[in-house]
Amino acid sequence: MAVPGAGACWAFIDDRLALFTYGFYPEPLRWRVNLSFVLLILAIIPVLYEKMPGRKYGLWYSAIFPFITGWLLVGGEVNGFGFEPVDTDQFGGILLTLILGVTGISFSLPIGIALALGRQSKLPVLRIMCVLFIEFIRGVPLITLLFVASTMLAYFLPPGTNFDLLLRVLIMVTLFASAYMAEVIRGGLQAISRGQHEAGDSLGLTYWQANRLIVLPQALKISIPGIVNTFIGLYKDTTLVLIIGMMDILGLGGASLADVKWAGLANEIYLFVALYFFVTCFSMSRYSLYLEKKLHTGH
Amino acid sequence: MSTPASTENHPNILLRLWRDKDTRSVFIQIITMVIVFTFLGLIINNVVINLEIAGKDFSFGFLNYPAGYDITFQPFISYSPTDTHLRAAAVGILNTLLVAVSGVIIASILGFTMGVLRLSNNWLISRLVYVFLEFTRNVPVLLHILFIYSIFLYVLPVPKKAINISDTVFLTNRGFIFPSPVFEDGFGFVWIALLAAIAIVVFFVRWERKNQDATGEHYPVFSISLAILFGLPLIVFFISGAPMAWEIPALKGFNFKGGTSIKPEYIALTFALSYYTACFIAEIVRAGILAISRGQTEAALALGLLPNRSLQLVVIPQALRVIIPPLASQYLNLTKNSSLAIAIGYMDVVATVGGITLMQTGKEMETMIIVLLTYLFFSLIISAFMNWFNRRMALVER
Repeated sequence: MAVPGAGACWAFIDDRLALFTYGFYPEPLRWRVNLSFVLLILAIIPVLYEKMPGRKYGLWYSAIFPFITGWLLVGGEVNGFGFEPVDTDQFGGILLTLILGVTGISFSLPIGIALALGRQSKLPVLRIMCVLFIEFIRGVPLITLLFVASTMLAYFLPPGTNFDLLLRVLIMVTLFASAYMAEVIRGGLQAISRGQHEAGDSLGLTYWQANRLIVLPQALKISIPGIVNTFIGLYKDTTLVLIIGMMDILGLGGASLADVKWAGLANEIYLFVALYFFVTCFSMSRYSLYLEKKLHTGH
Repeated sequence: MSTPASTENHPNILLRLWRDKDTRSVFIQIITMVIVFTFLGLIINNVVINLEIAGKDFSFGFLNYPAGYDITFQPFISYSPTDTHLRAAAVGILNTLLVAVSGVIIASILGFTMGVLRLSNNWLISRLVYVFLEFTRNVPVLLHILFIYSIFLYVLPVPKKAINISDTVFLTNRGFIFPSPVFEDGFGFVWIALLAAIAIVVFFVRWERKNQDATGEHYPVFSISLAILFGLPLIVFFISGAPMAWEIPALKGFNFKGGTSIKPEYIALTFALSYYTACFIAEIVRAGILAISRGQTEAALALGLLPNRSLQLVVIPQALRVIIPPLASQYLNLTKNSSLAIAIGYMDVVATVGGITLMQTGKEMETMIIVLLTYLFFSLIISAFMNWFNRRMALVER
């Protein structure tokens, strides 16, 4: 099909679209992937759309969404009710990219907040531990941490335990993103004047109440651009998993080039993947701009 | 700190201690330490048991064994497969440093240029730069690297059909091949002249600054320094009878012999990392310049400075204070992203120590520790330097 001199050949993408979306997920079970895409959209709506009726319940659903979908995709029986298990090394393409991105994003924010509070804490032991953790993670490239996850982590666990590579990578990606998140949120916390803490104290609020009701809402608001940037960075960094042999959308694209039938179409493939990332990341950054403008309460 | 009166007489002493702020904080810290150290102890215990099961020991002795693999790109120290793993690691670390340093330089130049162009009054230029920035920033850096590398592989010709630039420079998909200089006797004088020129420039710049402070006279420092820097060695070069020849590359068999070849992996990696990071730097520069109030530019113009000079003397020095901290983290990012070299087979520290050495010796722990420590060391150096620079540039208030 690749006719020399015939310009770009997009038939390739058409031919491989199912592969790029689902990876090697078993064909008869792909409705589960489709269902989780729908569930993902349903989980995003309450987060983004503030005027939604019953948003409170929607947000609860968004919070438990990663667990529901994890169960839906991996399968397994719970109390005799469940789905046929699917091996996680069959995950791939956009599915894998989204799993890594959504898990990283939803877990790195709370861990990042905790680390940022720990770094600002008055208790020296907590503070030193948070600083050490954050500086270590920020000092090394993600790819070396992924290597640690794929080669070294097995030594840290009791002999005989063996847990899934995808899970190990998810933990590493989340920890990596939360160290960066912690620094962004620390910037926000530092911008809040001491008077706010003291006001909380004088109202008789405890440390947690003062943070939850007074300090954090303001700090998070001013760190929104940084938080979204970290999200975008994390989402783009999920492509690195191809180096340890996981087939995300970029990995599948590269692997497809090995097929004789489609050889020499590197540019089309890379442009397609680039377009996918551009559309998703650009909309995230636009949304952050919109949010920034809306929350801007100054003059 | 005293506890509220209502709990003072509470029968349960533990509850009373818990409600006291100081004892509680000590208590929380002890608990945290116990948890963390138990966790670390468990991990170390597991590592010891696992290593025993696998029949491995923890030692860095493997570094002295012959590595047995070839490294295609070794511009600084010579290396052959019979050399030790330690030497292979050194080659890898130097290759990482090469990409990091050249990447930082190119990214800064590109980034500052794009940042200023983005603010241009010319609608077309600022829009074009904006589109390029947004597209580049929103696509993963790994994809940029693979894309540029694939352009090298598929678009550039094989050595036999090399793009020939006046029979001296050849562009092929195995690298760019340049003539390499061959130094003959007497070239040492040129090096000495270059050192002398650098010393003269340093003195000249200092004198000029003092002179300007004292008298207000201003010389074109940049062009004069440039003239000294190039002119003096050039004069010495011709006086000593041009003691240098060029080795011109020539096609022999399937590849070029002679000359210096720059590998496509290095060019693709450095180029992709540079323009990707430059896009972030451009945004930082733009934000920094915008942070300077318009009044500063107007004041400079009112004093009679030309637009160029007002940018150079008034706006940029102030903008640098805003720019430097985020700039430092972009340099760090570039250094860390250079680890993606492994995706296209450039032999940096991850590909040598964390890649082939790991595979050959099976020493996962030791090799990963070396790689992690290398990057931590680079990061600490860059952030220490940037902190020092930041302090130097900081606003001196009263």
